Amino acid sequence: MADSMRTIFDLGRPGRAANAQVPPAESVEDLPAEMLRDDPPALPEVSELQAVRHYTNLSRANYSIDNQFYPLGSCTMKYNPRGAHRAAGARGFLERHPLAPEPLSQGFLACMHDLQEILQDVVGMPAVSLTPMAGAQGEFAGVAMIRAYHEARGDAARSEILVPQGAHGTNPATAAMCGYTVREVAVARDGDVDIGALEAAVGPATAGLMTTNPSTCGVFERRISEVARIVHDAGGLLYYDGANLNALLGKVKPGDMGFDVLHVNLHKTFATPHGGGGPGSGPVGAAERLADYLPGPVVGRGEEGYRWVEPPSSIGRLSAFMGNAGILIRALAYALMLGREGMHRVGEFATLNANYLARRLREAGFDLAYPDRRASHEFIVTLAAQNRRYGVTAMDFAKRLLDYGMHAPTTYFPLIVPECLLIEPTETESREEVDAFVNAMARILAEAATDAEVVKTAPHTLPLRRLDDVKAARELDLRWRAGTPSP
Amino acid sequence: MPFIPHTDADVAEMLAAIGVPDVESLFDEIPSALRSGEFTTVGDGLPEMEVLRRLGDRARRDETGPCFLGAGSYDHHVPAAVWDIAGRGEFMTAYTPYQAEASQGTLQLIYEFQTMMSELTGMDVCNASVYDGGSGLAEAVLMAVRANRRGARGDGSRVVAIAGNAHPLYVAATRTIVRNQGIEIVTLPHGEDGRVDPDALSRLPAPPTAVVLQQPNFFGLLDNVDTLTDRAHEVGALVVACVNPVSLALLKPPSLWGKGGGGGEGGKGGERGADIVCGDGQPLGVPMASGGPSFGFICTRQRLVRQLPGRIVGRTEDLDGRPGFTLTLQAREQHIRRAKATSNICTNQGLLVTAATVYMSLLGPAGLRNVAAACHARTLELVRALELPRCFEGPFFHECVLDVGRPAEEIVTALAERGVVAGLALGSYFPELAHGLLVCATEKRTGEEMRRFAQALAEVRNG
Amino acid sequence: MSECPTELVYAETHEWARLDEDGNVLVGISDYAQDQLGDVVYVELPELDRSVGAAEEAGVVESVKAASDIYAPVTGTVVAVNDGLEDAPELVNGDPYGDGWLFAIEPADESELEDLMDAETYAEFCESAADADAGDVDDLVDGDELDESFSVDDD
Repeated sequence: MADSMRTIFDLGRPGRAANAQVPPAESVEDLPAEMLRDDPPALPEVSELQAVRHYTNLSRANYSIDNQFYPLGSCTMKYNPRGAHRAAGARGFLERHPLAPEPLSQGFLACMHDLQEILQDVVGMPAVSLTPMAGAQGEFAGVAMIRAYHEARGDAARSEILVPQGAHGTNPATAAMCGYTVREVAVARDGDVDIGALEAAVGPATAGLMTTNPSTCGVFERRISEVARIVHDAGGLLYYDGANLNALLGKVKPGDMGFDVLHVNLHKTFATPHGGGGPGSGPVGAAERLADYLPGPVVGRGEEGYRWVEPPSSIGRLSAFMGNAGILIRALAYALMLGREGMHRVGEFATLNANYLARRLREAGFDLAYPDRRASHEFIVTLAAQNRRYGVTAMDFAKRLLDYGMHAPTTYFPLIVPECLLIEPTETESREEVDAFVNAMARILAEAATDAEVVKTAPHTLPLRRLDDVKAARELDLRWRAGTPSP
Repeated sequence: MPFIPHTDADVAEMLAAIGVPDVESLFDEIPSALRSGEFTTVGDGLPEMEVLRRLGDRARRDETGPCFLGAGSYDHHVPAAVWDIAGRGEFMTAYTPYQAEASQGTLQLIYEFQTMMSELTGMDVCNASVYDGGSGLAEAVLMAVRANRRGARGDGSRVVAIAGNAHPLYVAATRTIVRNQGIEIVTLPHGEDGRVDPDALSRLPAPPTAVVLQQPNFFGLLDNVDTLTDRAHEVGALVVACVNPVSLALLKPPSLWGKGGGGGEGGKGGERGADIVCGDGQPLGVPMASGGPSFGFICTRQRLVRQLPGRIVGRTEDLDGRPGFTLTLQAREQHIRRAKATSNICTNQGLLVTAATVYMSLLGPAGLRNVAAACHARTLELVRALELPRCFEGPFFHECVLDVGRPAEEIVTALAERGVVAGLALGSYFPELAHGLLVCATEKRTGEEMRRFAQALAEVRNG
Repeated sequence: MSECPTELVYAETHEWARLDEDGNVLVGISDYAQDQLGDVVYVELPELDRSVGAAEEAGVVESVKAASDIYAPVTGTVVAVNDGLEDAPELVNGDPYGDGWLFAIEPADESELEDLMDAETYAEFCESAADADAGDVDDLVDGDELDESFSVDDD
């Protein structure tokens, strides 16, 4: 925390205010005194300039796509087009009340209907609900739909969801939220699901399998049709985690791989901004037999225009209104700008960049976790050898990359590869940026050999060095309090 | 191609480096039977100008006259600086602050946000936000059940009583989300005065694990939260408060509800006030935007912090002892705890939290109080201007149910034709209130707009 | 190699157990387990008087990057918990066999202790687990854990 980055509370003085934002005081004497607050909340008391300067300065302490190469695997940190942002900022969209009558909402509803149809086309499924507010909520919706489907058929003994080893943590967490137990299925050495292990795992208790393709290993699951057949033969359903859809956009439709239900992360594949942790958006798509269970509301089209519709056996509502509408508008604008041709190119260039980067890193002396496989839109480097040789870890590399002006790749995921970096350059990065990353990695490797300490103690060029996570967890300090010494 | 920077020369050189003849070869591990990337609905790509024109035309179709509809989404003034700051690329295009050293901006901002929300609610801690108020209530209910896992009766029962005048769409979302976790939801009915009868709790067949109270309630009324909180604690239930954050600049914070002194597990020796506070942050600088993105918040007591779902930021030090911020208590979360996580949630609505934090800084305690008081005053004015009887007597904050003397749905539709967003017809949520129109006036509504509303209403009712 | 006192017996889930003179079984986690977990930041202990079955979950030990379930090594009733860990969870790291103990069980059947490993067998068990993972730390302590700081954000 640099001196210019004191907390907003340290900047305040009693009685100061951003006066242009303070409406005139009005009486509330008709309200019973015992229901009113005696002491005002200790919100900051700052001028407008102080607030603007403080938060502008804070923003500059962030790495972001707009500032840096951000190859965070599994997160698809691609350019977020300003045009899409502008489209969502139109007054009619921003000021529309979520419960405004349908006749006053035809513009918005038309947009949602268009997006539903585009996503249906993209995923190869007949029905889509836009309401889930993030990938994890999409997963929840999908697994809840699987459960509702089995229950409606009186098939109540199914109690397990299968996930491949190395799945995103959300998959088991979601299964648990839907009342299922989780069983992991081993992944073979080549990165594909171990078919023998899958056959041994499925049975009358199998409600479904959750997986992504390309898998979390950064390779295409080649035996996906066989996986689907085995799960379907056992009476289970297949859930597609759309985390890695960017690799396949315009190449393969999840519906054609045998999946029954899925979510799409619009904040990845459809380039909506990640916002420092959210909002996301995770629309769900469903095959025919699951369509009736989709979360509501969805947008239908009738003679009198567009209207809200509840799917007949809907699992219900997932939010107060209809999800992250403003993100959905951005995704629509992005899809319209890409068009058919542009969507084909997304998967192609994401894959081209990843394979090129993988090849160049290999040439620079790094080990790929799956050297005999094509990379998808991302790939895994394992630093196990460097760890043995120089004592440096994947985390050390990640922190040192920050010194080279780049955001780190995803570290230590998936769990099945030791000392790994999951690297996803995305299609919107130029070859020069990718080359610069290779050069930075090569220099760090050289440093590890000659001066490992500089890598182990990185970063060195940021306002702060590594933070003490243990202290943070043992001595919880989760809010500012008056009297906290200011640095 | 939009947003793809590669020249033909780049592509050729990159393919040569990889050692493949063409891009297509990069997909050679995909079985040909699966290659079906043809689109039928997606059209030709459009330039930004054309997309903005088309979507702009649609947006203009939805522009309306003044909005008198609230029901969980409120048309407040948003200071210009709020989205100038939140829209900065450094906030908008960053992701979750896992690399703390490169994310101090987002992390410090969330820490300040946690502080401000704790101040408003009177609680010890707040999370870094969840998706929205509706799903946030579900998370708060799940949290309460975990925190009171022995159940009010000590038998591990999982019954949650939700006030019948809580937001019906929040309750709907909650039912969807908790359905498969063996939790029974019962309703604490409201009486003819629109408020929860303090004796309703004792009429339940058994004491619940948690009680959900909304203040102001869905009808805009100030409810009997003091008595209800104490009664809930007396029977061993935890109290989940669902609140409007702007109202808390004026109203007693949930931490001070009741007198305390109740016994039981939930009360932990009779601590005063709610145990968990949740709500939607949209009123704090976030446009209505068709209901999202907004953000939900969950605040709680220190003793329950490990049951709190979602991200949490803590202050710590770097290797040189300089203060800094980092995500903490991550062992609760899905990426570590997997099937045993407090929730599957990963997202916090960071961008909206950014807006809300700037908003609260600009408004300050006096500004936010005055906004709350102005909303209350405008709504009093509106009720006078519309000259309709109220369905419920008693003090309200900035919403009120009026009796329009016929199905309110008709009124809403007719006023929509005149460009006025009149309010919410309650019949589809509360059949007994088919004539009830829930109206709201924020600080933005002017006397002129109210006169226009009153005039249009009179025309519709007399015509 | 980590320390395994010979007077203790060990579970495959890395708890140690000791039958004390008062007839109760004292339980903690092994030196090996605390080393794999890293700095312990929080310990969730069972409630007093709770009945637990052998191999039933009875608590959780958390480090910054991991959370590991603790299983009761024998069937019985929880008769004591180490309250000192609330303010000083680091005792589990610093003194896993002493002040870092977790809880005590009044056993229903002392003979269940015979099903656990002696120190020598346990040391071999840890060594083979370490070899199998080639220095990687995954899944050594049964539970949910990661070997280092971790960053993926699916959703």
